[in-house]
Amino acid sequence: MSATTLAASKAVAPPRSGIILPALIFIVFALLPVVAALTTRQYLVDVGCRMMVFAVAAIALDLLVGYAGLISFGHAAFIGLGAYAVGILSAHGVGEGLIALPIAIAVSMLFAWLTGIVCLRTSGAYFIMITLAFGQMAYFIATSLAPYGGDNGLTIAARSTIAGWPLLKNDRAFYYFTLLCLLAAYLFCRALVGSRFGRVLRGGKENAVRMAAIGFNVQRFRLVAYVIAGGLGGLSGFLLANLTEFVAPAYMSWQQSGELIVMVILGGVGTLDGALLGSATYLLAEEWLSGFTENWKVIFGPILVLVVLFARGGLIGLGSWLRRRVFHA
Amino acid sequence: MSTTLFLVQILNGVQLGVLLFLIAAGLTLVFGVMDFINLAHGVQYMLGAYLAVAFYGYVDNFLLALILALLASLVFGLLLEFFVFRHLYDRDHLDQVIATFGIILFLNHGVRMVWGAAPLSLPVPEFFTGSVVLMSGLLYPVWRLAIIGSGLAIAVGLYVLVTFTRIGMLVRAGATNARMVSALGVNIKRLFMIVFGFGTMLAGFAGIMIAPIISVEPGMGDNILILAFVVIVIGGIGSIRGAFVAALLVGLVDTLGRSFSVDILRLMMGPSPARMAGPAIASMLIYVLMALVLYARPTGLFPARGR
Repeated sequence: MSATTLAASKAVAPPRSGIILPALIFIVFALLPVVAALTTRQYLVDVGCRMMVFAVAAIALDLLVGYAGLISFGHAAFIGLGAYAVGILSAHGVGEGLIALPIAIAVSMLFAWLTGIVCLRTSGAYFIMITLAFGQMAYFIATSLAPYGGDNGLTIAARSTIAGWPLLKNDRAFYYFTLLCLLAAYLFCRALVGSRFGRVLRGGKENAVRMAAIGFNVQRFRLVAYVIAGGLGGLSGFLLANLTEFVAPAYMSWQQSGELIVMVILGGVGTLDGALLGSATYLLAEEWLSGFTENWKVIFGPILVLVVLFARGGLIGLGSWLRRRVFHA
Repeated sequence: MSTTLFLVQILNGVQLGVLLFLIAAGLTLVFGVMDFINLAHGVQYMLGAYLAVAFYGYVDNFLLALILALLASLVFGLLLEFFVFRHLYDRDHLDQVIATFGIILFLNHGVRMVWGAAPLSLPVPEFFTGSVVLMSGLLYPVWRLAIIGSGLAIAVGLYVLVTFTRIGMLVRAGATNARMVSALGVNIKRLFMIVFGFGTMLAGFAGIMIAPIISVEPGMGDNILILAFVVIVIGGIGSIRGAFVAALLVGLVDTLGRSFSVDILRLMMGPSPARMAGPAIASMLIYVLMALVLYARPTGLFPARGR
């Protein structure tokens, strides 16, 4: 009994969030376009941008999976909704980012709120499956949107303007805009998990009954977290639509949701830094392995199984394990 | 909306429902007994279809190909259980989801490498070709009737197996409280292996039976997996009876929704908005159904007790 209490109290204490790793990641991201320009590898900017776009969504998902204990398997739906908000507005001649961004976030939050009310009535495996099903629902709605491309998706005429100015037209400018968004999202989540709100979420993950006994309505906190994560997913979708200048139902396929979970696990769940690291690693692996074969997932799938079987804690866990080994040696 | 069309669509709905039941039965058993989320169940259905096509190419006899493909699916499932899944039963759901997701990626792209991305097809066995007249003006393909018949037979067989045999009793006990069953001296590992192999074989069987009427292609198991999840969530995880009722419900709602949503909406709105909204609403229907069921009963219609 006392052992479990100790373990629980340890887990509820805010995890040690180092400053070095995230600072390093952000510095690398900031310098990437410079490196790309010096080595004339322009595709690096594109790859880096994709990493950051998915990192925004992965951080939000880590908020749910790692801190609230909610394994959402429909997170790609929020990305898709955000992206479709940009695409549909643009199809009607509204290319203004100051309109599209709030709408993208608001639509995703609304969807998160409506589905969250139903999803959060369930728990455990039911929660995984119901979020999966809601994600599929959004996917099928998108495929049946015939006026907006249906299955084939929708090409966006131009990137969003900011107050009428085509500030994001330049790839490098868009890159730094994305970096800014990622930094803002990261700092916001960092503050969130360190706050009282974050402690209640973690407490609810450890033991919802005790949290209820000391007077917290855990479900309400979870719903708020779900809506926030949805909004950040919408932000990621806004960025993705602008990056590719294209929107397709595939953005919200359940495979995409699965890949987001993979990013979070790969990096190390419940650390936020892991989500940053994981999304970067996943896209790097894609870039690297797809050089060998078109069917690179034949290699990646078994790696995933091995990571689960042998490397618990993801890359972050692996890092601290190595550090312990070095210090003990 | 003529009566014959309506009847044909009902039969189609039942056929989809029976297919979903074959897949969901294994999924719900594996989940109920071992508390294991097997996302790779859908690719096992796909593999069944591919194996049937491959064996048919060698032996040129449907029945023989069916038996060989079933055995191969079983062997493959047991290998997966031995090398991967067995080590995941004690892990949390997140680990299970990720590992089985990895297996999906591997198999979906693996079959693409072996058999190519182009859809394959399997001919309907000669004895079952053509259609029969069920009533005046109502023609229905024999093979679809064969799917319905074999699925219902398996449902009855499963019912007998689960209700009246010793192994069925252990499965029910396992779904209620696996640790207690283990404490009473049952070799739980062997039980898990049997249940898992059986579930895999059912999914493979579904893939083989459906192969003659759809195109066999990579990723064909993905959408059916989601539908099977909807089924077991509506039915209540771990309950065969729930899976059966929910599978028929989902099959009928989905098929009838797709066939008649435009017509029904046309009664309420103009033809062009109805044509637009119809397909969207039809594809949402089963998810709305699921949301309603879970809102009213968060553990499904027939929850297995003790969970």
